[in-house]
Amino acid sequence: MTSINVRVDGMSYSDDVEPRTLLVHYLREQLGKVGTVVGCDTSNCGACTVHLDGQAVKSCTVFAVQADGSEVTTIEGIAEEGRDGALHPVQKAFHEMHGLQCGYCTPGMIMASIDLLRENPNPSETEIREGIEGNLCRCTGYQNIVRAVQQAAGEMSGADTLGAQA
Amino acid sequence: MIPAPFQYARPTTVDEALQAIAEGGEDVKILAGGQSLIPVMRLRLAAPETVVDITRVGELRGVREDGDALVIGAMTTHHDVITDPLIAQYAPLVAEATETVADRQVRYRGTFGGALAHADPAGDLPAVALALDAEFVIAGPGGRRTVPAADFFVDYLTTALEEGELLVEIRVPKLTGQWGMRYEKFNRVAQAWSIVAVAAAVRREDGHIAEARIGLTNMGPTPLRARATEAALAGADATPEAIASAARQAAEGTSPSSDLNAQADYREHLVQVLTRRAVSAAAGL
Repeated sequence: MTSINVRVDGMSYSDDVEPRTLLVHYLREQLGKVGTVVGCDTSNCGACTVHLDGQAVKSCTVFAVQADGSEVTTIEGIAEEGRDGALHPVQKAFHEMHGLQCGYCTPGMIMASIDLLRENPNPSETEIREGIEGNLCRCTGYQNIVRAVQQAAGEMSGADTLGAQA
Repeated sequence: MIPAPFQYARPTTVDEALQAIAEGGEDVKILAGGQSLIPVMRLRLAAPETVVDITRVGELRGVREDGDALVIGAMTTHHDVITDPLIAQYAPLVAEATETVADRQVRYRGTFGGALAHADPAGDLPAVALALDAEFVIAGPGGRRTVPAADFFVDYLTTALEEGELLVEIRVPKLTGQWGMRYEKFNRVAQAWSIVAVAAAVRREDGHIAEARIGLTNMGPTPLRARATEAALAGADATPEAIASAARQAAEGTSPSSDLNAQADYREHLVQVLTRRAVSAAAGL
């Protein structure tokens, strides 16, 4: 066992983990953060995407020990950013634009989209499609996912001018 | 699936890393970005006794100039390669190929040196390193040695790295003058590996092609140079006809495999098409 200190969604945790424990399993099984899901066994689907020190990563492809000393943000930790309890603009846009069907890919899609918009606040449709290429929707609901990201981009760039959203 | 148990070491310097590798027992794996290693460990295709995690060896990250070469630290992530101003200036082919690697999540973690040391024949960066005549700086218990790209890739997933050694940096000669570059990749879906890809760097002089360097991805167990095409292009007119004629020799000396994605003869066809496109674009046509 190796002891790690990690901040997840704004809370600090000290835990002992086996080095072989994947970050996604630590999040789900030790911390109960089951909003982050496992969709595949091959690092393809992106459903388990979280932010590790501000960058989107597939948490099935990082060992929990590698997050020692780091800040992790999951789908469960984004709503509190900025406004108390309100949905993150990307969550809200996925809801309003019907950016999900079965919903299994949604946590990863949202985390990847937030990462994309942080780097490119006004992406073209092609840039959105390329930006979320690491995330698979097996319902093939990509049209509305792309529309949701477009709406969120519009709202976030508007919100930025009001200084309301990070 | 969950990987088999292993001992874990997390050095912070190259010296500590070499020591951890030396003390790691019979089967040591070096964890760079982990984007190829962790998947194969999860499938238990690899079950090393010790994993030496070098993600916190800061001296292995970053890009610097050293005379006529760019020096890319082995642990520089794909994301950092894509956004690096020195690479954009002197080796844009590296950035262009890296942009096609996997997806943005993988590119935040995956590293330049890790992808080269993994030496997957379908990986994009080995052919680029070979085309650019990169040199590999390897640290070991007895000091450092430098291996040219032509000798680094030995066989399928096999490099010149010996037990106990660590790839520390890659030296890419700066290209100056009228060079154009292009990476042409063929795959079927997003984030898929190359079925075939071609890395081309072309130097033009007075309307003709003075020199062409062409690296081939997935046309054999190691990356290859399209030597016959390179020879045909040296001194050739920079015309579509001359390039198309030279590109027809691109499959010479290759030994592509047949797999679920493509038969060997299809790859031999593809490599000619992609070579024509890559060289044409690199020559500014």
